[in-house]
Amino acid sequence: MKTGIVGYGTYIPKYRIKTEEIASVWGKDADRVKKGLMVKEKSVPAPDEDAITIGVEAARNAVVHSGIDVKKIGAIYMGSESHPYAVKPSSATVAEAIGTTPNLTAADYEFACKAGTAAIQTSMGLVSSKMVEYAMAIGADTSQGQPGDALEFTAAAGGAAFIIGREDLVAEINDTFSFTTDTPDFWRREGQEFPRHGARFTGTPAYFKHITGATRGLLEKTGESIEEFDHVVFHQPNGKFPNAVAKILGVPKEKLTAGLKVVDFGNTYSGATPLGIAAVLDICKAGDKILATSFGSGAGSDSFSITATDKLLEKRKTQKTTVQKYIDNKKYINYAIYAKYRKKIKAI
Amino acid sequence: MASNSISLMWRGIQQRYNLIGTKCKTCGQAFFPPRKNCPKCRRKGQIEELKFSGNGKVFSHSVVHAPPEGFENQVPYIISLVELEEGPLVTAQIVDCEPSEIQIGTKVKKVFRRVSEGGKSGIINYGYKFVLDR
Amino acid sequence: MKEVYIIGTGITKFGELWDKSFRDLAVDAGIQAIADSKVDVSEIDGVFGGTMSSGRFIGQEHAAALIADYAGITPKPAIRCEAACASGGVAFRAGYFAVASGAMDTAVVGGVEKMTDVFTEQAAVTLGGAGDQEWEVFNGATFPALYALIARRHMKEFGTTEEQLAQVAVKNHLNGSMNPIAQYQMPITIETVMNSSPVADPLKLFDCSPITDGAAAVVIASKEVAKEHCEKPIKVLASAQASDTLALHDRRKITTLDATRFAAKDAFKQADTTPSKIDIAEVHDCFTIAEICAIEDLGFFEKGKGGKATEDGLTALEGQLAVNTSGGLKACGHPVGATGIKQIVEAVKQLNQEAGKRNRKNVDLALTHNVGGTGATAVVHILGRGY
Repeated sequence: MKTGIVGYGTYIPKYRIKTEEIASVWGKDADRVKKGLMVKEKSVPAPDEDAITIGVEAARNAVVHSGIDVKKIGAIYMGSESHPYAVKPSSATVAEAIGTTPNLTAADYEFACKAGTAAIQTSMGLVSSKMVEYAMAIGADTSQGQPGDALEFTAAAGGAAFIIGREDLVAEINDTFSFTTDTPDFWRREGQEFPRHGARFTGTPAYFKHITGATRGLLEKTGESIEEFDHVVFHQPNGKFPNAVAKILGVPKEKLTAGLKVVDFGNTYSGATPLGIAAVLDICKAGDKILATSFGSGAGSDSFSITATDKLLEKRKTQKTTVQKYIDNKKYINYAIYAKYRKKIKAI
Repeated sequence: MASNSISLMWRGIQQRYNLIGTKCKTCGQAFFPPRKNCPKCRRKGQIEELKFSGNGKVFSHSVVHAPPEGFENQVPYIISLVELEEGPLVTAQIVDCEPSEIQIGTKVKKVFRRVSEGGKSGIINYGYKFVLDR
Repeated sequence: MKEVYIIGTGITKFGELWDKSFRDLAVDAGIQAIADSKVDVSEIDGVFGGTMSSGRFIGQEHAAALIADYAGITPKPAIRCEAACASGGVAFRAGYFAVASGAMDTAVVGGVEKMTDVFTEQAAVTLGGAGDQEWEVFNGATFPALYALIARRHMKEFGTTEEQLAQVAVKNHLNGSMNPIAQYQMPITIETVMNSSPVADPLKLFDCSPITDGAAAVVIASKEVAKEHCEKPIKVLASAQASDTLALHDRRKITTLDATRFAAKDAFKQADTTPSKIDIAEVHDCFTIAEICAIEDLGFFEKGKGGKATEDGLTALEGQLAVNTSGGLKACGHPVGATGIKQIVEAVKQLNQEAGKRNRKNVDLALTHNVGGTGATAVVHILGRGY
């Protein structure tokens, strides 16, 4: 049963803080940080934005892009590690805001940075089994980094939504493969404001092992080779990791370019791989093949083989929003405003 | 504060999330917030639901410097009367821009934002605000 | 309808009265008015009290009974009236009906608000209750912001300037400087207003009426009772009230208060007079722009010319007509429920030439104009000397 994307939408908040600005507060060498992380600035949510508002904006854009009747969406899964409520589903608010209620199922996902791709996989299952006609998968986050921690340079906000269906696909999802283990590389305990991480432990045993594991598993399963893909998207916590894993897997650098957006707006966590896929779909040709592998700490990776269709190009003529448009619509703020917006000032 | 009333806010979810108002089929006037009776046509009025496009322009605007309880962290913020393209004026915030970017006639479109919350442990109230429509 | 006369007045100091409670204020004003009227308490048939939000300000509902109790008027009936900032005006009108209908011969009508027992942010929330809670206040609109939206349009449509708005405050502060009960008794300049901190652009701190504690009361009576006790009664020549949409966004035009227009038209008809005959007017200047709109909508000046008229001094004490001789809500203060009654007290004093230095030389007809919210309620009274 063929399943794939019938429409997608993205959203990135308008505010940005430059790496230099954060570095200057903590007495770090901005050039060294920029070179190390390969991130020049990150998106910052406005004080009235959260994972739900980002999810809603992305979902609304996806509905417009798909052109489908929203009432036919039978499931919404929203992945985030910054759901505004510990208990109360973000997905239900999104469902209400796009007008799909009440005849659908909905649930929230959390799997660090790969909750968005997990939602895509679940959607594929429901759609291919014909349990629902369409399902929506969202990855959206307003991620937090402890002030002064290395994460603060990259923890950003943004999201993407995909409507998964069986017909009129703008991109077919040929197959998917996952790789999951219990690996404590990054976590946030219940009730804690900021996450903690294993520093260099997040590399080899976590990010690299799982991304290579899932990607190789997918290729083995489908019999495809890296050479067949025109674009490759890896989870992008910074610019360095995806480039390094590309090298390990033998992916030429130029195949990463279209989907590597961390440099422009930072790590959007559950939104990161979905936004990378969306950025590729914004510009690729019909027939282009896309390899995408997410990574979520804790840890796991979901790998996808995707092929763009003619329909994608048709829809592009009337497409209202693109990742690039959101990248360009920006306003810089200083650290003081950033601290106020992100409620890092202790008194508020 | 009224915004802490969960049932009161819950009743308005569709209006706040999606700008659902009403329209009188008899005279054509659109209402937001929705009215269940047409003040003009009275008994002859026929009310039906209307989903507003969310596009409009600034009819008047102000910047709030002295906030009411619950809005302290947002100051200064822009309050505007937005003239929706279907006719009615709606009172709402305009966000993601500087006051200097706004004047009477500026085109705006609706976005989905947090409007208020019942402290740190209460319900978060979402609803419409507007941003510049460039 | 029987004729209705005002035969006694009472008013407290207006301001931040930290040592006075709600009941202290109401009773002080009421007892003063009764004493001034010379009627015996036993002759009083009922009490009408205006308070916008005793419940939100001090947690006290059932306010009219409390006042009747502490003023020693029990077992006579006590009725509370509420129409936001027009609560006082509406209470007066309720008492007027009682006497005019013959149901009562003598009544005490008062207004009171105790606003400083809560913090400013809470007061702002409570005052917001005069607007549409679900569709204005919910979205962060404050009262200054709603009037600022009116001001912005007035400036755009009629060329009204921020300096003209400021002149309203300057004039009212000058009048207030001659009123011993006024909250602010210092004259100010245009610069004071223009340099004051922004509250809701284009309105600045000195464009706004303050948060005030205070109470005012009057005794009203039928002609027979009035004649027994009073040599200089004031006759109520007209009592009119009108309504409009609660929310500003639903108005026909936001720069015109239709409720004011309709109430004024009715009042002038009842009194068989015209705006040009009015000598003094106490109008509802909760914000400077409100006075500009009021003097236009009441018919004193053409629509759009209120700013210029103020700038030209036409509303000064000895101008074409004197507007807000008490200092208005701006300088005298704005204990919301008391304001409508304070306006009547000021009108009575002006008509009786008892207003001291701020008394206009010749006063034959006085008008009071009390507004609730951004104009959802407007009450207009016209008063003249009796007999």
